[in-house]
Amino acid sequence: MAFISSGYNPDKPMENRITDIGPRKFSEFFPPVIAKNAGNWDYHEILEPGILVHVAKNGDKVFTVRCGAARLMSTSHIREICEIANKHCGGYLRFTTRNNVEFMVDNEASLKALVDDLKSRKFAGGSFKFPIGGTGASISNIVHTQGWIHCHTPATDASGPVKVVMDELFEEFTNMRLPAIVRVSLACCINMCGAVHCSDIGLVGIHRKPPMIDHENLANLCEIPLAVAACPTAAVKPVTVEVNGQKVKSVAINNDRCMYCGNCYTMCPALPLSDGPGDGIAIMVGGKISNRINVPSFSKVVVAFVPNEPPRWPTMAKIVKKIVEVYAADARKYERIGDWIHRIGWETFYEKTGLEFTHHCIDDFRDPAYYTWRQTTQFKFTSHLD
Amino acid sequence: MAKHPTPMLDELEKGPWPSFVSDIKQECDNRAKNPKGLDYQIPAECPDDLLGILELSYHEGETHWKHGGIVGVFGYGGGVIGRYCDQPEKFPGVAHFHTVRLAQPAAKYYTAEYLEAICDIWDLRGSGLTNMHGSTGDIVLLGTQTPQLEEIFFEMTHKLSTDLGGSGSNLRTPESCLGISRCEFACYDSQLMCYQLTQDYQDELHRPAFPYKFKFKFDACPNGCVASIARSDFSVIGTWKDDIKIDQEAVKAYVGGEFKPNGGAHAGRDWGKFDIEAEVVGLCPTACMTYESGKLSIDNKNCTRCMHCINTMPRALKIGDERGASILVGAKAPVLDGAQMGSLLIPFIAAEEPFDEVKEVIENIWEWWMEEGKNRERLGETMKRVGFQKLLEVTGTKAVPQHVSEPRHNPYIFFKEEEVPGGWTRDIADYRKRHMR
Repeated sequence: MAFISSGYNPDKPMENRITDIGPRKFSEFFPPVIAKNAGNWDYHEILEPGILVHVAKNGDKVFTVRCGAARLMSTSHIREICEIANKHCGGYLRFTTRNNVEFMVDNEASLKALVDDLKSRKFAGGSFKFPIGGTGASISNIVHTQGWIHCHTPATDASGPVKVVMDELFEEFTNMRLPAIVRVSLACCINMCGAVHCSDIGLVGIHRKPPMIDHENLANLCEIPLAVAACPTAAVKPVTVEVNGQKVKSVAINNDRCMYCGNCYTMCPALPLSDGPGDGIAIMVGGKISNRINVPSFSKVVVAFVPNEPPRWPTMAKIVKKIVEVYAADARKYERIGDWIHRIGWETFYEKTGLEFTHHCIDDFRDPAYYTWRQTTQFKFTSHLD
Repeated sequence: MAKHPTPMLDELEKGPWPSFVSDIKQECDNRAKNPKGLDYQIPAECPDDLLGILELSYHEGETHWKHGGIVGVFGYGGGVIGRYCDQPEKFPGVAHFHTVRLAQPAAKYYTAEYLEAICDIWDLRGSGLTNMHGSTGDIVLLGTQTPQLEEIFFEMTHKLSTDLGGSGSNLRTPESCLGISRCEFACYDSQLMCYQLTQDYQDELHRPAFPYKFKFKFDACPNGCVASIARSDFSVIGTWKDDIKIDQEAVKAYVGGEFKPNGGAHAGRDWGKFDIEAEVVGLCPTACMTYESGKLSIDNKNCTRCMHCINTMPRALKIGDERGASILVGAKAPVLDGAQMGSLLIPFIAAEEPFDEVKEVIENIWEWWMEEGKNRERLGETMKRVGFQKLLEVTGTKAVPQHVSEPRHNPYIFFKEEEVPGGWTRDIADYRKRHMR
């Protein structure tokens, strides 16, 4: 390999340097029908799952085909997306917040050719490259994080569990038969790079063991006061320990106080906490971000822990599918998962889904915990009280 | 022939959903074939090694990535995340595998030409693997080595007029919904505000000077498609002040079944005939709608603009004309002190270019937070620690009932000294004249 210079001169880093220019302006990339009608759209309709038409006040139409995608994407795949855009869409496309790809055309003939083309493309392994769906009362693509592919703090993988869940719920991506939209998100640790905490179904990687302490290297790798200050429950304190007959500065951890958040590890690499059998996934439900009908709300932990079962996480996938099935059968039109549970009550949710309620699901973290305990005589007699 | 056997990952090629494993394998093949004859600037087999190290994690249930090192481009404090694996001998292609965040155009519209140009640079100087996109919004280029960072930056800025995104304790790459570009619900030009503020705050984005990360997100209506209310320190959500516009003929068309309710969103199941009483009037959270003698009426004074009726009958009901935005602040994910939702700070603000009113709020908040916030404390946590009143004070905002879901539960009120007649300085001797010990 011979080094190929871009023109950058390391001896004169400021020469010809361009900085602080930000992103390209969005409007440079508008397809003509969007550029012409921005601000003048009248209404939209979903023609079939994954296919939208937006109609402008002047009668112009833009047809959008929404396709699922793995957000971990190769340049080979991006080039294929570009090829499709060049072939059918005048060279324009967009991505959605939920990692879908959207192809837009301005007439129905082009739409048919585009859809046929998209449906025909598969990966060598057999999966669809461009499944069409994710509109209306469906399960759209999953917002997620890096996982084992590229992150130092995950308690689970991201791309793998996402693939498994979307395989399991594929029919709900390509149909619009649920009572309302169901937003699924996955974060591979509680840092939550995605908005898992306000999702209809949130999957969160959690650790269950306090950090190990690499006494021999801690003082060299870490600023001890930062590691101590990083702990939200004051479980970390500075100590002097003996290693190989030498007194060294290190930390001690009060394991009973640790909630395995990993914040100390973020500040101090000598405090690793990931652990094969210790790590896994908590399942949360009933959150949302839309202001529609009911106000935005947080997701709640309904299953405290599911073990990591690579490569296909069968226990987790089964629970998610069960929740969706029970919701689909029982909820009223327009009810999000959280709305439905609010109406039927949490005890009924557990009864209908068959999920086990355990003490882990009772909040004991700080003041907000109190507001989640039941302060009324109103409850339902479910099998839990038999 | 695969460099590493991946029996576990191969299971993820099955099933209908697009397989990232199949895609990475396709990239491995393409790089091995190298049809364009590129002189790859980092190891050609890095996607193979990425699959190999991921397979190892699948066997062990643990990650093999170490803490990020301090790498980046000259003059910037963010935009590149250093990444090293802990098995460099086994997987030399990903021994050094840094992430580059690129600033995406607001709401992610692209031309094929532009994306292909990014791919050209990334094939030569990186792994050929990306995230489209990162959770915050950036185009994420996954995996390159330190000597390539300045070269990538130089080419992105010179050839593609594209800058890096944010990372670390700075303004993170802002993002918006697609707004007026393709949505009839948009109450302001969310893309334009996103773009303009991103440009105006480039220094804050590239040079970390904050206690911790700070995120802007812009939703053009209360439906909230970019989830700003849940995941941005500063969330701008479009709204309106005047009346929802009603087309009574179109209402009749929905009632008569000519128009599909909710834009056809429920078409996959037979929910029965559209029932405007049950599905619209009866679900209005403030019960401010009536449907009598074929006429829909809205008591707009009592409407809280939840969007349900408009979403359900988009051809009949339109957002009002006196448009602007609400600002909510302090949202964040759980780490550390629990998740927080954005709290309403400015109920209604003008959202027109050049967005000076919004910028004034932002700058007042920053000035206070940079002074008051502790290391690694998000704005929402500072607000919780110091109190919402302080935020009102520093932004010059008058307290109004809209700021609370209900008034406080306790009488432990921090009065200001000047609010109490005579102040707090009292004479004990004088008191003792009236009250013996």
